[in-house]
Amino acid sequence: MTTALALEQLLNGIQLGVMLFLMAAGLTLIFGVMGLINLAHGSLYMVGAFACATVAAWTGSFWLGLIASLACAAAAGAIVELAVIRRLYDRDHLDQVLATFALILIFSEGTRWLFGDFPLYLDIPALLQGVVTLPGDASYPVYRLAIIAVGALIALGLYLLIGKTRLGMRIRAGESDREMIGALGVDIRTLYTLVFALGSALAGLAGALVGALQSVQVGMGEPVLILAFVVIVIGGIGSIKGALYGALLVGVTDTLGRFLLPQFLALFVDPSEAGMIGGAMASMLIYVVMAVILAVKPRGLFPPAHA
Amino acid sequence: MKKMLAAATMALSLGASGLAMAEPLKIGMITTLSGGGAGLGVDTRDGFMLAIKQSGNKDITVVTEDDAQKPELAVQIADKMIQSDQVDVLTGIVWSNLLMAVVPGAVAQGKFYVSTNAAPAALAGQGCNKLYFNAAYQNDNLHEAMGEYAAKTYKKMFILAPNYPAGKDSLTGFKRYYKGELAGEVYTKVGQTDYAAEIAQMRASGADGIFVFLPGGMGISFMKQFAQSGVKIPVMGPGFSFSQDVLPAIGDAALGAKASGQWAPDFDTDVSKKFLADFQKEYNRLPSIYAVQAYDAAQLIVSAAGKASVKDADAFRNELLKADIQSPRGNFKFNTNQHPIQDIYLTEVVKKDGVLTNKTVEKIFTDHGDAYAKDCKI
Repeated sequence: MTTALALEQLLNGIQLGVMLFLMAAGLTLIFGVMGLINLAHGSLYMVGAFACATVAAWTGSFWLGLIASLACAAAAGAIVELAVIRRLYDRDHLDQVLATFALILIFSEGTRWLFGDFPLYLDIPALLQGVVTLPGDASYPVYRLAIIAVGALIALGLYLLIGKTRLGMRIRAGESDREMIGALGVDIRTLYTLVFALGSALAGLAGALVGALQSVQVGMGEPVLILAFVVIVIGGIGSIKGALYGALLVGVTDTLGRFLLPQFLALFVDPSEAGMIGGAMASMLIYVVMAVILAVKPRGLFPPAHA
Repeated sequence: MKKMLAAATMALSLGASGLAMAEPLKIGMITTLSGGGAGLGVDTRDGFMLAIKQSGNKDITVVTEDDAQKPELAVQIADKMIQSDQVDVLTGIVWSNLLMAVVPGAVAQGKFYVSTNAAPAALAGQGCNKLYFNAAYQNDNLHEAMGEYAAKTYKKMFILAPNYPAGKDSLTGFKRYYKGELAGEVYTKVGQTDYAAEIAQMRASGADGIFVFLPGGMGISFMKQFAQSGVKIPVMGPGFSFSQDVLPAIGDAALGAKASGQWAPDFDTDVSKKFLADFQKEYNRLPSIYAVQAYDAAQLIVSAAGKASVKDADAFRNELLKADIQSPRGNFKFNTNQHPIQDIYLTEVVKKDGVLTNKTVEKIFTDHGDAYAKDCKI
């Protein structure tokens, strides 16, 4: 194995982690502020991807599609919050899970009804086509580097928003004591709608960015949602910082596991066998990591202070 | 005299009914109409119904239900269709794992199953059954064809498939004919959407050709990411990797990809041209290989139903075995294990009038059966 390949795989891991962070940040924000488990987060990811693909097909511009994905996912999130989620804050988690699971089905079948059964086409914008040469003569797609940059910007933006602005202060206050902030005259209902729309917009952005790499199809959100849950459990539920570290850890572990485990096993058994066993072990790896972390730190790496 | 007349009338009417066979036949179609794999199920259903409609046979009814690509749901639907709908023939399942869950139970209850796609090795060899027919292929066939093509053309192949039974069958089938050096053999997670790590390995492996078996959304993701990665190694796969249901979503990234198939839209035969025109007229899109397979499955059932009663299992089976149909694929007959013997072609993805489609390049196999038929004792 060359350093170039190792560097490329490390970048792949970070890029996967960044994607997961965009999903996990919204999920953990919503849980942290409102105590709500939102299974329909993956549907908002799908909404973002479909909005981007549709607008990009109409206008020929990926960038307009990207704006549409943010707008549509945020709008869908706000509508869902006003119509359904609002009634669930005082209910227990089982009711929330049931209601948001129903939302998944409604979103999936609704999307199929609107867009049909076949996957949509979405390509990366001309500006980000192509590859760059990395040290050691490896090359790496520009688009994936751009995703890493977007993720870093979003992480920084969230840090500033939550740490430095009035809205962020209210979000933090909401996290630590919901009743008190309401008693102090903050319009908690609007705050909840805003937070939900923000989390949804992040999911929509992730969906649009990934849509250009993958297939834009109904049900695309659910596999990512499972990984996003692993991320927030590892990071500490409700912690944005935890989501960032958790996402990078999961992304890098998964990528390197897929790459190194079969090669390692090939030292002992024949390559075909090693590929099969290594592949199976690699798909379990992140769950093993999660189990180990939870055994040592039951509340995740960075549990929020109040929880 | 009166008695004789009566006997003669009876004999006549018996003879007449023997010709017309107005025996009702009920077909239960279980296929995937929701979720990520819905495109395949929709093409299966549409191809099947086209043949039923064209037959004009009013005695055949079809009940269709969605299995959502879930084995447990498929089993429930099959039980319901057999017990309360009282169907005579089951068909339509796209996925091998669902088929394995349904077929043993269905044939044990004396029902025919005519597969439109899934064809696991387990049902082609020792596990073959008189009531189980496959109108599509045996799962290994298209992979074997690519192995044969790669053996002639490339020296060092990198091969990749998802880690599940059909994925393993795929690479086994490929290696049955490709005996050259392997630059890598990788199994990925089922439903994996990011292949950056695997593509990096391909680039570093020094392979001169890549064979991938990634059905549905997985293949779309892989081909887009592969094109974006700037790796220039030729890619090939079995026909369904570049079938009409996924090509629009992959886009130009698929251009030039080689694949194997029993049929392509450019087949220059009257039967194929008529099928293509009829399908486009009915549904306003190009059919995929799944539609052709389902079309032939329906034709097989219709042809047998015209000559024998499904209540007489042996007679019905013999009629099915004759494969008295006009297949868009061309030559089509059944092997001893009731799987097809057919020609397999090399195809290439091209753009024709702005639409991505497959063009036939050459014939790889003539009258190709499968490796399991010799173990089938029926």
